Amino acid sequence: MLKWIFAIMLTASVIFGAASGNIGEVSSAALNSCVEAVDLFLYLLGGMCMWGGLMRVAEKSGLTDLLSEFFKPLLKHVFKGLDLNGKAFHAICMNITANLLGLGNAATPLGLEAMRRLEQEERPGDTTSRNMIMFVVLNTASITLIPTTAASLRIRHGSAEPMEILPCVLITSACALAAGLISAAALDNISKRRKHK
Amino acid sequence: MSEYLIPIFIAIIIIFGLIKKADVFGEFVEGAKESISASFEILPALIALMTAIGMFKASGGLGFLSELISPLTDLLGFPKECIPLALIRPISGSGALAVFESILSEVSPDSFAGRVASVMIGSTETTFYTIAVYYGITKVKNTRHAIASSLTADLTGFILSALTVRLILQ
Repeated sequence: MLKWIFAIMLTASVIFGAASGNIGEVSSAALNSCVEAVDLFLYLLGGMCMWGGLMRVAEKSGLTDLLSEFFKPLLKHVFKGLDLNGKAFHAICMNITANLLGLGNAATPLGLEAMRRLEQEERPGDTTSRNMIMFVVLNTASITLIPTTAASLRIRHGSAEPMEILPCVLITSACALAAGLISAAALDNISKRRKHK
Repeated sequence: MSEYLIPIFIAIIIIFGLIKKADVFGEFVEGAKESISASFEILPALIALMTAIGMFKASGGLGFLSELISPLTDLLGFPKECIPLALIRPISGSGALAVFESILSEVSPDSFAGRVASVMIGSTETTFYTIAVYYGITKVKNTRHAIASSLTADLTGFILSALTVRLILQ
């Protein structure tokens, strides 16, 4: 799937660029985007090392055990067949905590750690496991409790009530997350049933 | 208030470690060391995706797609100003913020379109970036329905942004 998105976006940008006369911009974007990618990677590298280090401290002290006890009742329905006392589940709980608090800079490195551990525990080979999909969907939907970025930009543009959007944001995120998880579970069941036939 | 979150989060981890008599410095360094080699796994996927996104943004293709789907979004009562935001939100976080900024400088943040755009930014994430980076660190090549399900969540989020603002705030 990523193969097609990659190919379609590249082809489409050449066609649109030629049609709209933006081909010069497309050309410089082609040359500069890879440099931006390395910038972003360096930014992530620092974050991953710092949060990877803190993650290990939290594990040694038993803090992640406390967190995972808290999330277990809810998440055992989402992640089927995953060892709820294992290291992958610990990282998942840390990632969700960071997401809920709106700490995006911490959530990504912790989420990457969780993906690495999911791979070690479930050994899916080159095809993703069900729990990996669930975890990715959880992170592509937003589960932030307080929309700080949106609110701060609203303040900058003179909103009378920057936080009035909060109830809408909470309802919308909850429904979007539910739709993502339900569709992931449903598609997983369908593909399993096909395999059995 | 929110600027307290990260320092407190870090302090809790370290103080809890001290109480439980963990070697907080040694463990931190060990954990950071493990992350270094792992993080290099992401770089190739990041370069591929960001090149594709950068070229697509520069080509003006977003404007063309917005025009193409505007009859459909009118039908759903989705504000026209927010279509470019819906299109760029799944592929680029910084791009989405730039579009959000330009929407708020054209219409008031307390107008219908301004509120819908705010809810969209607050309730969705940068789907493709997340998928590319998260799977980039593993050896997984076939992501099965990860993208389809994530986009289902995004689409639900966009439709409900307009719906909840209409029902709760207007």
